[in-house]
Amino acid sequence: MPSEPTLPNVRDLPSSDKLIEFDHVSFGYDPTSTVLRDISASFQRGKVTAILGGSGCGKTTLLRLIGGVHPVRQGAVRIDGEAIDTRNAEQLYKLRRRLGMLFQFGALFTDLSVFENVAFPLREHTDLDETMIRDIVLMKLNAVGLRGAASLRISQISGGMARRVALARAIALDPELLLYDEPFTGLDPIAMGVTANLIRKLNDATGATSLVVSHDVQECFEICDYAYIMAAPGVVIAHGRPEELNASDDPQVRQFIRGEPDGPVKFHYPAPPLAQDLGLRGDR
Amino acid sequence: MEWIAALGRFALDILRALGHHAAFFFELLRTLPVSLRRPYFAVAQVHALGNLSLLVILSSGLAVGFVLALQTYYALATYGAADSVGLVVNLSLVRELGPVVTALLFAGRAGTSLTAEIGLMKAGEQLSAMELMAVDPKSRVLAPRFIGGIIAMPLLALLFSAIGILGAYVVAVLLIGLDPGNFWSIMESGVDVRRDLGNGIIKSIVFGVICSFVAVYQGFEAKATPEGVARATTRTVVISSLTVLAMDFVLTALMFSTR
Repeated sequence: MPSEPTLPNVRDLPSSDKLIEFDHVSFGYDPTSTVLRDISASFQRGKVTAILGGSGCGKTTLLRLIGGVHPVRQGAVRIDGEAIDTRNAEQLYKLRRRLGMLFQFGALFTDLSVFENVAFPLREHTDLDETMIRDIVLMKLNAVGLRGAASLRISQISGGMARRVALARAIALDPELLLYDEPFTGLDPIAMGVTANLIRKLNDATGATSLVVSHDVQECFEICDYAYIMAAPGVVIAHGRPEELNASDDPQVRQFIRGEPDGPVKFHYPAPPLAQDLGLRGDR
Repeated sequence: MEWIAALGRFALDILRALGHHAAFFFELLRTLPVSLRRPYFAVAQVHALGNLSLLVILSSGLAVGFVLALQTYYALATYGAADSVGLVVNLSLVRELGPVVTALLFAGRAGTSLTAEIGLMKAGEQLSAMELMAVDPKSRVLAPRFIGGIIAMPLLALLFSAIGILGAYVVAVLLIGLDPGNFWSIMESGVDVRRDLGNGIIKSIVFGVICSFVAVYQGFEAKATPEGVARATTRTVVISSLTVLAMDFVLTALMFSTR
C-alpha cells in the first residue's frame, strides 16, 4: 500500500517576511472611545499566530482592521508593505479576495442552505461550472465533517455546526490569509479538537497565513507558532512563542494563561462596595 | 438664543439626513447595472415581494371596490346618474386609489419585511461577511430588492384596480341591479388608456421607487440590535407612507392639470 504523501511543513521553512503589520495603530468606533491603543504587531507569512485576550479587549476589532472594515484613527495597518486605505474600494476588494474570515457567530446566510453558503464565494468570484463547484463544496464540507448536512437549512443546524459550515465557507477559495474569530467558542470537545487540527493542517498544506483570535489559551497554544496577548484597554501586554509565554513571569500574563481569579485584572467592573449598594451598615 | 441654536441644529440634521439619503440613492443606482447582469436575483425578489403582498392587495382591492361602488351609487343616484358608477369607480381606482393604496399596503407588508430582513442580516453580520468576501452587499442584496420592488409595485397596483372594478361590478350590477352594458360601455368611453391608466402606472412606478428605497435604506442603516431593527421597520412604514402621500399630490397636480 503506497504511503500518504508528506505535506511540507511551512514551520520548517525560512519565512521571516511579514505579511501583516500594525504600526502604532489606535482605533475607536466613535471619537469618544478608544478600543485599540498604540498597537504594534506583525504577523509572519505562512505561520499561525494567535491573538489572545479577555472579552472586550479589541481582538475582533483587530481582525476587522485587517479586513479594512474601519479606518484606523492613528498609525497604519500594512499588508505586504502596503497600507490599507479604506477609501480605496479597488484596493480593499483586491485585498479581501485574498482573505477568508470565520466570524464569531458564523454569519451564515440564513436564506441559503449549508451547501449554498459554502458555494457562495465560489459562485461570486469564479466561473467554475456547477460540477466543479459541487465537488469543491463537498470536499470543504467533508473537511469539517458536514458533507452529510449539505442539504440542510441553516435553521436546522446547531450553533457548533454553523461554525464549522462558516469555516468551510472561509476556506472555500483557499485564501492566502485566514482570519479566525473565536473559532472554538460553542464547540464540543471533539469538534474543538478537529477544528484546531484543521486550522493547523490547512495552514501547513496551503502555506496560508492564519490569525486566530480566541480566549482558549491551551487550544491556541497547541496549534500556533506565535501569540500576542491583549488586555483592556486595547493594548498588547505580551507576545512570543507559546513556550515563552507559558514561562512568563509577568503577573498579568500568568493570570490570563492560568485563568486565575485574582491578579492584576479584576473580575468586577469598577463599582462602590457591595454593602453600600445594598444599603447595609458597615458594622453589621 | 437657545432656541435659535436648536433650530440651527434641527436644520443641519435635516440637511445631513437628506444628503445621506441622496448619496445612498445614487450609490444604489450605481450598483444597478452590475446587479442587472444577474437578473434572476431581481426576478426572485419580484416573485417574493409580489407573493408577499398579493393576498392583502387583492382582498383590500375587492373591499375598496365594494365600498366605492356603494358610496358612488348613493351619491350619483340623487342626480339620476347611477349608470356612471363604473366610470367613477374606474377613474378613482386607476388614477388614485390603485397606486396610492397599493403603495401604502406594500410599505406595510413588503417594505417592513425588506427592512427587517436586511436589518437582521446586518445584525447577524451577514452583510459584513459579504463585504469581507469582496462582495458588495449593496449590489448583491439591496439592488435586487430595490429593482424587485419597483417592478412589483405597478403589477400589484394594476391587480388592485382590476379586482376593485370587479368588486364594483358585483355591487353595482349583481346586487343593486344596474345595467351591465351601461356599466362597461360608459367606463370604456370615459377612461383614457394613456391619460388615466398610463399616468396611474407611472405613479405606481414612482411609489415603487420610494417604498423600495426607503425599505432597503432603513434596513441597511438600522442599528444592529433587535431594538434598532424594530425602529427601522416602523420608520419604513411612516416615511414611505408620508412620502407617497406627498408625492401623490405633486404627481396628480402635474399629470391631471386641465390647463
